Amino acid sequence: MQIYRSHVLICNDSTCAQLDSGKIMEEFGAQLKKNKLENEVKVLTAGCPGMCEQGPVVVVYPEGTVYTMVKPENVKEIVEEHLLKRKIVKRLLHKDMMEEGDTPAKALDDTKYFKKQLRIALRNCGIINPEDINEYIEHDGYKALEKVLTGMTPLEVIDTVKKSGLRGRGGGGFPTGLKWEFAYKSQDDEKYVCCNADEGDPGAFMDRSILEGDPHSIIEAMTIAGYAIGSKQGFIYVRAEYPIAVKRLDIAIQQAKEHGFLGENVLNTGFSFDIELRLGAGAFVCGEETALMTSIEGKRGEPRPRPPFPAVKGLWQKPTLLNNVETYANIPVIILKGPEWFASIGTEKSKGTKVFAIGGKINNTGLIEIPMGTTLREVIFDIGGGIPNGKKFKAAQTGGPSGGCIPASHMDTPIEYDTLVQLGSMMGSGGLIVMDEDTCMVDIAKFFLEFTVDESCGKCPPCRIGTKRMLEILEKITSGKGTEEDIEKLEILANNIKLSALCGLGQTAPNPVLSTLRYFRDEYEAHVKEKKCPAGVCKSMIHYVINEALCKSCGICARNCPVNCISGQRGEPYVIAQEKCIKCGTCMVKCPFKAIFKNV
Amino acid sequence: MKPIEKMEKTREGAIGQTTGGKQDVRMRIAVGMATCGIAAGAKQVMDAFNEELKRRNINDVKTVLVGCRGACRLEPLVEITGENGEMVTYVNMTPEKVARVVAEHVVNGRICIDYTVGTEVE
Ligand SMILES: Cc1cc2nc3c(=O)[nH]c(=O)nc-3n(C[C@H](O)[C@H](O)[C@H](O)COP(=O)(O)O)c2cc1C
Repeated sequence: MQIYRSHVLICNDSTCAQLDSGKIMEEFGAQLKKNKLENEVKVLTAGCPGMCEQGPVVVVYPEGTVYTMVKPENVKEIVEEHLLKRKIVKRLLHKDMMEEGDTPAKALDDTKYFKKQLRIALRNCGIINPEDINEYIEHDGYKALEKVLTGMTPLEVIDTVKKSGLRGRGGGGFPTGLKWEFAYKSQDDEKYVCCNADEGDPGAFMDRSILEGDPHSIIEAMTIAGYAIGSKQGFIYVRAEYPIAVKRLDIAIQQAKEHGFLGENVLNTGFSFDIELRLGAGAFVCGEETALMTSIEGKRGEPRPRPPFPAVKGLWQKPTLLNNVETYANIPVIILKGPEWFASIGTEKSKGTKVFAIGGKINNTGLIEIPMGTTLREVIFDIGGGIPNGKKFKAAQTGGPSGGCIPASHMDTPIEYDTLVQLGSMMGSGGLIVMDEDTCMVDIAKFFLEFTVDESCGKCPPCRIGTKRMLEILEKITSGKGTEEDIEKLEILANNIKLSALCGLGQTAPNPVLSTLRYFRDEYEAHVKEKKCPAGVCKSMIHYVINEALCKSCGICARNCPVNCISGQRGEPYVIAQEKCIKCGTCMVKCPFKAIFKNV
Repeated sequence: MKPIEKMEKTREGAIGQTTGGKQDVRMRIAVGMATCGIAAGAKQVMDAFNEELKRRNINDVKTVLVGCRGACRLEPLVEITGENGEMVTYVNMTPEKVARVVAEHVVNGRICIDYTVGTEVE
């Protein structure tokens, strides 16, 4: 008699049978065979164990593990984890068998993904209805405005913001309280409060999410800022590509006026403040503060030299306070909970939290808010759930086209303004792109430079001509025609542009190149010296080959090749005509025998 | 009216909008409808909830649109809060899944565990 190591009992009672127990049975058979376990594990049907409402039920002996609500697609996991590796699939367990911590999280707040986060700027996003002011009010909305207007002087407000240690979330990290103080001290008959909602970094959507999920928090904060610096008029500069944000801001402004939080005589205190929207056409340079204000004035969005800074001469030559969306979103909470509370979060020089949009080669893409000082490792592995397909982490890019990358060797550095700058990157507005071993760092630098070349406004030559020249050199290197002098030239050009461009766009445009040169110079050198792209990305340096020994002459590759460059006949290995190949990789994906390889 | 009085009056009018505070709402179904949610099909999910509730004549359950919770890859994301304040997060929702969630969770109070967030993330 055959002795089995495990038995799997599947309920085939009528209720469970209706719920696919037949299919589950078949699937067990197939999966056991695939894992060569068919002689070790026996599958049996069994009567009803009496948990029909949680059926189909599967019991595994000798452990006596009870899995409930099993679906055919879960079988693979039970076989591979439980029967092969002897690891119980906890999330499918019957609830009486679960120990504490085993239960799959029912609410987002209970997941590991959420637990390491701290939501201040995003506090109401996804919680309240952004189109209903009453829900905002119920979540302490406009309480901070009330507190400010009925019990604080402008200087006390500014002092509170200063003490909190809040720094600008739009990129530069300038201390917000100090900026408010400068605007307060500039004397003029008219002053303005601006909100920068241009958000042009590729892959970033922190500000959009706040505007779409909690528009009143921005209106409340701008009104507080208006009171603090002595302004009656605010502008929100938002890109027209954010139609939902625009719509919800419109609704919110309307509702705030109806409820007396905005407009003439706010809350019967005699203070008046109004906000208007200005739509941008989506030019990256219009996120730069001086270009943004030029655009609000109705002119072509081009930057101008600073000083004078906006706090002295901004919109229409009047003192103007300009902050980012996320910066404003922190203000009401700081007023209500106090600056000491806010300053207790984060690190010595970076207080509070930062929102990041994580994307690229990471499992949990999305928006996260973390206390300053969290390490990149925690962000990528604990919150982000690691790199897909078991690939190795290579680098993370922060600061978008103005930033740089942080290599794996610096993964344990706490994320804060100053440490990121030391690493040759920057906080930026919060885009965080994760790259794995299959990413070519020269190609990434080229991608960001293509973006800045496109977005350069053309006003100053270093940016208009210099970045274009840099891109040409990068194109030369990635197409396999680069020389060692090209790398040197690239570096000299980059440093000169940094020093001579008019605005932040040009001054930071070389950063992606400089930082990849700093950490991945060997990849640049491989491209020029050996004409090799180590990550196998740059098309001119890779070619696909068919392994003769593995090729079964089925012809599938040839039929799928979009340029018909593969030929052969039955009985003989197929061949790729290299001069015609466009390196799309389709043949490699389609080959059922894994006989096609990418040579780098 | 003095500022404080005005504020108090406004606040009074607002209380009980979001949670069980309001007597006639026993459950709140929040559908994430920021750009990410809508792109993933949240509008259809919202419509399906409204239709299903109407079809069954359920009047004490309120659907609302909310912003983004940040878990973009799990959109459309729906969070149901009951009278006791307990919240359940359903992920990757579709109009087809809505019918079962209404039948089991909204009507019979049984959570559809296999649609919840824990099946997707740790
Ligand atoms: C090319 C360029 C693009 C920028 N884009 C943005 C943007 O999209 N959003 C933003 O808030 N700040 C952007 N900034 C930074 C702004 O110039 C400014 O520093 C910031 O809005 C100030 O607000 P904060 O002190 O609250 O950060 C950009 C700067 C440069 C040089």
